[in-house]
Amino acid sequence: MKDLKEKNETKDKYAVRPIVGEKRAFATGNEVVAWAALAADADIMYGYPITPQNEIMHYWTRMSEKYGRGFLQTEDETSAGFTTLGGVLAGRRSFTATSGPGNMLMQESMCMAEMMRLPTVMIVQQRGGPSTATVIYSQQEVNLTCFGGNGEGFRIVYSTCSHQELFDYTINAFNVAWTHRFPVFVLGDGYQAKMREPVTMYDPRDKGITMVPTEPYVLKEGCAGVDREPQQMRNTYNTEEELNEVVEGLNAAYQAVIPQVVKHEEYACEDADYVIVAHGVVTRAAQAAVEYFREKGLKVGHFRPVTLRPFPGEAFRPIADRAKKILVAESALGQMRRIMTDTIYGCSTPMVNFFKPGEGISTEEIIVKVEEMMAEDK
Amino acid sequence: MKKEYIVDTPRMPVSWREETKAHKFCPGCGHGLILKALGQAIDELGIQDRIVFVCDIGCCLLAWDLFNTDGVQTHHGRAVPVATGVKRANPDSICIAYMGDGGGYAIGAQHLVNATARNERITVLLANNTNYAMTGGQMAPTTLIGQKTETCPYGRSIEQHGEPTRGPEMVAAIAGHGAYVARGTVSQMNQLKKQIKTALQTQLDGSGFSFVEALATCPTNWRTNAHETWQFLNNNMGAYFQTGEFKKPEEQEV
Amino acid sequence: MAQKILRIVIAGEGGQGVQAIANILSEAAYNKGKQVLYIPNFGVEQRGGVSIAFMQISNGPIDTMKFAKADIVIALSPRSVARTAQYADKRTLFVYDSSNEIDETSLPAITKKTMAIPAIDIVKTEFHPIVLNIFVMGAVIGVTKVVDLEAAKAALEDKLGYKFAKNPSLREMNFAALQRGMQEVGA
Repeated sequence: MKDLKEKNETKDKYAVRPIVGEKRAFATGNEVVAWAALAADADIMYGYPITPQNEIMHYWTRMSEKYGRGFLQTEDETSAGFTTLGGVLAGRRSFTATSGPGNMLMQESMCMAEMMRLPTVMIVQQRGGPSTATVIYSQQEVNLTCFGGNGEGFRIVYSTCSHQELFDYTINAFNVAWTHRFPVFVLGDGYQAKMREPVTMYDPRDKGITMVPTEPYVLKEGCAGVDREPQQMRNTYNTEEELNEVVEGLNAAYQAVIPQVVKHEEYACEDADYVIVAHGVVTRAAQAAVEYFREKGLKVGHFRPVTLRPFPGEAFRPIADRAKKILVAESALGQMRRIMTDTIYGCSTPMVNFFKPGEGISTEEIIVKVEEMMAEDK
Repeated sequence: MKKEYIVDTPRMPVSWREETKAHKFCPGCGHGLILKALGQAIDELGIQDRIVFVCDIGCCLLAWDLFNTDGVQTHHGRAVPVATGVKRANPDSICIAYMGDGGGYAIGAQHLVNATARNERITVLLANNTNYAMTGGQMAPTTLIGQKTETCPYGRSIEQHGEPTRGPEMVAAIAGHGAYVARGTVSQMNQLKKQIKTALQTQLDGSGFSFVEALATCPTNWRTNAHETWQFLNNNMGAYFQTGEFKKPEEQEV
Repeated sequence: MAQKILRIVIAGEGGQGVQAIANILSEAAYNKGKQVLYIPNFGVEQRGGVSIAFMQISNGPIDTMKFAKADIVIALSPRSVARTAQYADKRTLFVYDSSNEIDETSLPAITKKTMAIPAIDIVKTEFHPIVLNIFVMGAVIGVTKVVDLEAAKAALEDKLGYKFAKNPSLREMNFAALQRGMQEVGA
C-alpha cells in the first residue's frame, strides 16, 4: 500500500519537466551535468565537496529542492559512494560526483557495485595527480576510473569532450547502468567542469529517449519470507571455487554487454598514415590537427575511444595495423595508452608518445608532433 | 518397535529464516543472542516487511542470510552509509546497520559519528566483544586494559593504546533531538530486547538516530571456557561498560 | 583553426573583478551567436592570488581548452604582468595598468604592441574604484571588438540591472566607465 502510494507520488513529482523543448545555454560543465541528471529523472545525489566538481552539487541542490529530488552531503567520499549504493538498492536513480582524491575513496564502493551489479552513476571531473596535486585538469584518473579497486574493471567509462557530451552521456549513463546493471562513469575533467561553452539541453523524452525504469533490489512488493523469498545480497564468499564462479559469471555478463556499449569515433582514418589517438577534451585538438593536415593533403587521421572501458580495440586494430605511425596524445603518462596497447597486442606499428601529465594539450602542439614524425620518415 | 522422540521445535523468532539455521557462529558466541533479541523485537513490532538488514564485515557478516527479511552485506565499516543511503532514498524502509566494535568505532567511526550528528533515521546495532574476532582476535577499540589479544600479546596498556572506547557514551554526547542510545548485554536478554525494540520504535517514529551496543561473548578468541566466558562478560566488561539507556527520545521533549 | 579564434587573457588581483568581466563579456559574445569558451583559473587559493580568465571567441568550433599564446593580454597589477608575460608573443597586444610601478623587466620582451593605461588612476579620479572592472571591460571591447557598446550595455543591464534599479546613478557611472575604457584604448 505504502509502496503504491509512494509510486504515485513519484509519478507526480516527475510530471513537472525541468526542461521544455530545446534549451540553448551558455553554461559551465558542472551546471550541465546537474541539468542532465535532472532531465534524466535522477532521484537522489549523494556527494562530498571537492574541486573541480563542487558546482554539480551546487546546481543540483538548488534545483532538486524545486523538483522534489533528494540530496545528501555525506561525511566523506567513502560515504558518498556507499550511500549511492544504498540509493540504488532502494531502487532510485542515484548518482554521485567527485574528483582526484575523492575518486580514490569512492573506488571502494564502486567495487561493491561491480560485485553486486549495482547500477551506480558517477561523474568524475579529473584533476591533477598524484596526491592532492592540482584542482585544475588532467587525464590522470583513467586507471582509477577504469580499473580502480581490487576487481576486474566490470564497469563502463565514457570519456567526454564537450558540454554537449556531458549532457548527452550523463543521461545515457543512467540508462546504460539500469539496462546492464554495471556501474557507469562519465569521465570529464576540470576544464569541462569549469569552462563555459554553448550547449543544447533537452528533455530526453522529446528526443525519443525513454528513461529505463528502475526497480528496487530490497523491499520489492510483498513481505520478505512470507509472500516472496527475501532479497539477500552479499559480496563475501567462502571458497575459491565459489568466488571463481561468481567472477566468471560477472565476466560473462560483462563480455556480453561490451558490443552493446563500446564506442569510438574515427576522423579520416580510412587511408591515414599517421593516426592520432586521444580521448576526452584532447580529441578536440586532435580533430583540429586532422583538419589542418587534410587541408594540406596529408594523410593524418584521428581515432577517439569514447568508452575507455571497454576499450574499442577491435575497431582500432585495423586502423593501427595499416598506419605508418601512431601518436598517442594524453594529459597523463600513458594511462590510456596502456589500455589501448593491450587491446592491439601484436600490432607492430611504431607509437610515439605525447604525454603531458596534468597539463592541457593544444592543436599546435599536436601538429608539431605529427610534423616531427613525418620528418623522421622522410 | 520404532522409538518415538518428542521433538520440541526451538522457539526461534518468526522473522528468522529457518532454511539458514543453524547459524554459523562459534559455540558460545554472543551474536546469536543479539540477533535473537533483534528477531523478537522485529516480531513484536510486526515490521518484517519493511526491514533492510545491512551487515558490516566481521563475524556480523555471518548473519547476512539469517533473517527472513531483505538484506545487504557490505564492506568493513560501511554498513552505516549503505543503510543511510537506503533510508534517504526510501524513508518507509526500516534500516538496521549491524556491526562489530571494529566496524563501528574504528574503520567506520567517521560514519557512525556523522550519521549520529545528522540524526539519520536508522538503527545501529553493534556487538562489543572486545576484539576483532573474524580476523583472529586482534586488539579492538574496546579491548579492556590488561586484556591480551594477538596484537597486544602482553595486554592492552593505557599508555600505549589509550582507554577502551565507550561507544554509547560517545554517541550520546553528540546525538541530537529525538535520538535513542543504549547499551545492553547478552546476559540480560530481556533488557537487550527492550532496548532494541525501543531503538526500532525510535526509527518507526522518525524521531531520530538510534543506537544499541550489546556486550557480547567471544569464547573462541578469549580462549575461555563457559564459566570464564560468563565471568569475563559480567565482571570484567560489566565493570567498565555500564549498561542502560544514555539517551531517550522523550527526554529532549521536556 | 588557431587564427580564426580570438584568444584573450585577463589577469588581476583577487577582488579586481577579472572573472566578472570575463563572465559578462563571454556571455555577451555568446548572445551575439559566437562560439565562446571561457575558463577561469581556479587554483587552490580562494583569495589573494592572481586571478586569470582565459577566453576564446570564435565563429567556428573551439578545439583547444588551453592555449600557449594570446591575441590580447590585459594585466591589472604588477604581479599579473609577471604572471601573464608568458602568454605574449609577436601577435599579442599586451595591455597593462600603469598606475602602479611596474618592473620593466617583467614585461614581455616581444609583443605586437605593448600598451600602458593608468586604469586605476583614471577610475579613481574620474569615477569610483568599484567600476574598475567595467572600465577594463570597456578597454577589452575597445581592442577586441568582440561586441559593440550596445551589446555590452545590454549585458551589464542583464547582470547589474537589479542594482541599477535601486540606484540609477550607478547605471550612469557604469556606462560612463565602460565608454571611457573604450576611449582610453582609442576606440
